[in-house]
Amino acid sequence: MTHSANHTNELVHEDGHHDLEELRKFGFWLFLITDCILFSVLFATFVVLREGTAGGPGPKDIIEMPGVIAETFILLTSSFTSGLAVLSLNKGSRQGLIGWLAVTILLGACFIGLEMSELLALISEGHTIRTSAFLSGFFTLVATHGLHVSVGFFWILAIILQLSRHGITPVTTRKVQITSLYWHFLDAVWIFVFSVVYLMGVM
Amino acid sequence: MATQGRHAHEANEGGHGSLPEYAIGFALSIILTLIPLLVVLNGWMTGMPALLVILITAVLQFAVQLLFFMHLREEKGPRYNLMALILGIVVVVTVVAGSIWIMVHNKMY
Repeated sequence: MTHSANHTNELVHEDGHHDLEELRKFGFWLFLITDCILFSVLFATFVVLREGTAGGPGPKDIIEMPGVIAETFILLTSSFTSGLAVLSLNKGSRQGLIGWLAVTILLGACFIGLEMSELLALISEGHTIRTSAFLSGFFTLVATHGLHVSVGFFWILAIILQLSRHGITPVTTRKVQITSLYWHFLDAVWIFVFSVVYLMGVM
Repeated sequence: MATQGRHAHEANEGGHGSLPEYAIGFALSIILTLIPLLVVLNGWMTGMPALLVILITAVLQFAVQLLFFMHLREEKGPRYNLMALILGIVVVVTVVAGSIWIMVHNKMY
């Protein structure tokens, strides 16, 4: 009861500003939905072209599970630490917030490093995006996800800089919440990359 | 009670979530990652059963991310986030299942 009374007051005081920030978050949510559709097209392409190895290597020949398992748990942990960053934000702790965001993007950087070395090793063995339909689908799907993580890395880095300059304001608060959603979304997409590309590839 | 109310208020204002909620979500995600991993790597199942385990644990883990990390449950008023998500899922399932269905019946070569 106390809660709903407080909330009504807050809406009256803030005079629509609160709603505008909510609307901006909803706009970002819509972007995430369209990004889901982008990935679904890449997944459909990958699954359809999976058998088309054109005499080149198949999934079982190119997948190195230890690296992939490490990538999976690193990204999963970074999704959790990005949540811890939001908890620090709720507490109003700028130090905690910046610290957890830094941990999150460091884990993100480890993920990108492992993935890059996996893809570069394939390329150096002569298995490139041009080798077969299967590898075209594989490189496009995995690298599009990796590109999203890289964008997230620089985006959160920029927000850490803004936080250290301006502190926790309504604007930086919204930005942290949006990047946190984005980061959880990347982990959610990776679950399907891990399942469909790697687990189904080696089973 | 008063403290609880204040916490709930803070949570709603500042972007939701609590430590136990994130910790449970993290633990569930790890379990749901380990299950298909062990099933596949140890060869406990093959073929269709293994495929089903992989898909079901993936979908469950997607739900864990949405509910525990992205706070889909806490939305108030008209649930536009949920509606947009459902529309997105309809499009995603149509694109993926439709593509597979068409191409399975199109092996002309």
